[in-house]
Amino acid sequence: MDAFIPLLTIFMLAVFVGFEIITKVPPLLHTPLMSGSNAISGITIIGAMIAAATPSTFTTVLGFAALVLAATNVVGGFLVTHRMLAMFQKKD
Amino acid sequence: MNSALINLAYLAASVLFILGIKGLTHPRTAVRGNLYGAAGMLLAMVATLASGEVFGSGLQGLGVILAGVVVGGGIGLALALKIEMTAMPQMVALLNGFGGGASVFVAGAALFDAADPTTQMTVATVASGLIGGVTFFGSLVAFDKLQELVLPGKPIHFPGQQAVNSLIGLAALVVGYMIVDDPSATGLYWVLVALASVGGLLLTIPIGGADMPVAIALLNSYSGLAAASTGFVLNNNALIITGSLVGASGLILTRIMCKAMNRSLANVLTGAIGPEAVGGASADEVYAGKVKSSSPEEVAMLLDGARRVVIVPGYGLAVSQAQHAVCELADLLESKGTEVEFAIHPVAGRMPGHMNVLLAEADVAYDKLREMDDINPTFPQTDVAIVIGANDVVNPVANTDPSSPIAGMPILEVDKARTAVVIKRSLSPGFAGIPNPLFAADNTLMLFSDGKKAILDLIAAVKEA
Repeated sequence: MDAFIPLLTIFMLAVFVGFEIITKVPPLLHTPLMSGSNAISGITIIGAMIAAATPSTFTTVLGFAALVLAATNVVGGFLVTHRMLAMFQKKD
Repeated sequence: MNSALINLAYLAASVLFILGIKGLTHPRTAVRGNLYGAAGMLLAMVATLASGEVFGSGLQGLGVILAGVVVGGGIGLALALKIEMTAMPQMVALLNGFGGGASVFVAGAALFDAADPTTQMTVATVASGLIGGVTFFGSLVAFDKLQELVLPGKPIHFPGQQAVNSLIGLAALVVGYMIVDDPSATGLYWVLVALASVGGLLLTIPIGGADMPVAIALLNSYSGLAAASTGFVLNNNALIITGSLVGASGLILTRIMCKAMNRSLANVLTGAIGPEAVGGASADEVYAGKVKSSSPEEVAMLLDGARRVVIVPGYGLAVSQAQHAVCELADLLESKGTEVEFAIHPVAGRMPGHMNVLLAEADVAYDKLREMDDINPTFPQTDVAIVIGANDVVNPVANTDPSSPIAGMPILEVDKARTAVVIKRSLSPGFAGIPNPLFAADNTLMLFSDGKKAILDLIAAVKEA
């Protein structure tokens, strides 16, 4: 439990930060917000990297599968968000 | 690299993600915000590579990582560059699913690798497997429905659906409890994931096309929660913070979408709306003898004298890929001194913000894209409102008939404009399955045609006038 409480604290505070800033995102940018949040939820990639580096073949395979999915999210998410946001900038 | 440094790097990455989302609060700062997010991700990845767990594992581990990043990155690159803006809902659905899937595998690997897992870890692993499994298969169904591959866009119902869902939920909880009780039974984790996958499938099939914005937003939230839960598995702050940000984001969007349809989340998830829920007048009573069919030339004459025109796009705009034509028409009218604005309903299209992205692609300036509450008071001063590919979101019945399935849904008050021009192929009903009295109103002209063709005809007619 000693390790759990600090993590839970961080989780709760992050949820509040999320609510505060995301309610300020205008509907205009809701699609890029979704693809952008897809990209950052690709943070699972760091867990995938750790799993891929484990000695057991089975967990390495699981890690590799996770890596492929998460890397798709990271690269695809940031790039497609950039493509969209650039279109909103053209006429300013 | 020691673990304090690595955790500091994760903290910096989390701050960059928060700044990244903060950038999205305005179109001017949004591109920079997205770059902050990407920088944060790079930092987190480099820190992980340098950690003892990864770098210390030797060349084989690094090789596997490189291979995974190259394959996944390549898929992501191809998707991001090739995808049409009209297909953005499918892309986001797919990415939601991948996020959920990645969490399933990472949590699973951690459970198999753990010598003596704590209760926190096993509970979090069960949560990751459950949420991740639901997200992965739910998103694949959403993707399939949007792309119209195998399943129809319509809601799918079968007898005893609720009972089957409850049974699967119950079974998943029992299996989850068994894993927490005896973490060495790792095989059960895959039983759990299988149950969650079937659950995700069953939860998404009753959701119909026009309700997809809610489903996608909710699955977006789930993919974040799965990542946060995996953070509890790995004791990793970066995953917890980022996952909760995404979870909050998806939840807020879900709430906005439900409010814009005046429906509860439960009502959307069970797909309760549909032709069987019809109340009020039949199509014959509403339309008989009152619908006026018009021609591009007649509408062009109207537009010629108009001082203010409002264009109301709906999903039909995306289907007929008419965004560039619509923008050309707007530019043409503006060059003749007409004020042109776009009215965007929150649930127009198949995902939050779908119409905005399409019109931005066609080079419409973003300050011309007005939100519903903003633009509704201006309809009485609008000479011509052009509705293209929208139906239920402009149906005045929402305000007038409390027995209607869309009663109380906030609408764009196109019926208050001096003249409404509705571009539509036929009088077929929208997703709610009810007739629209707007089409038969005294001040409405129907232009029966494909969306893009109608706009191109209009452009030609305006140029001649």
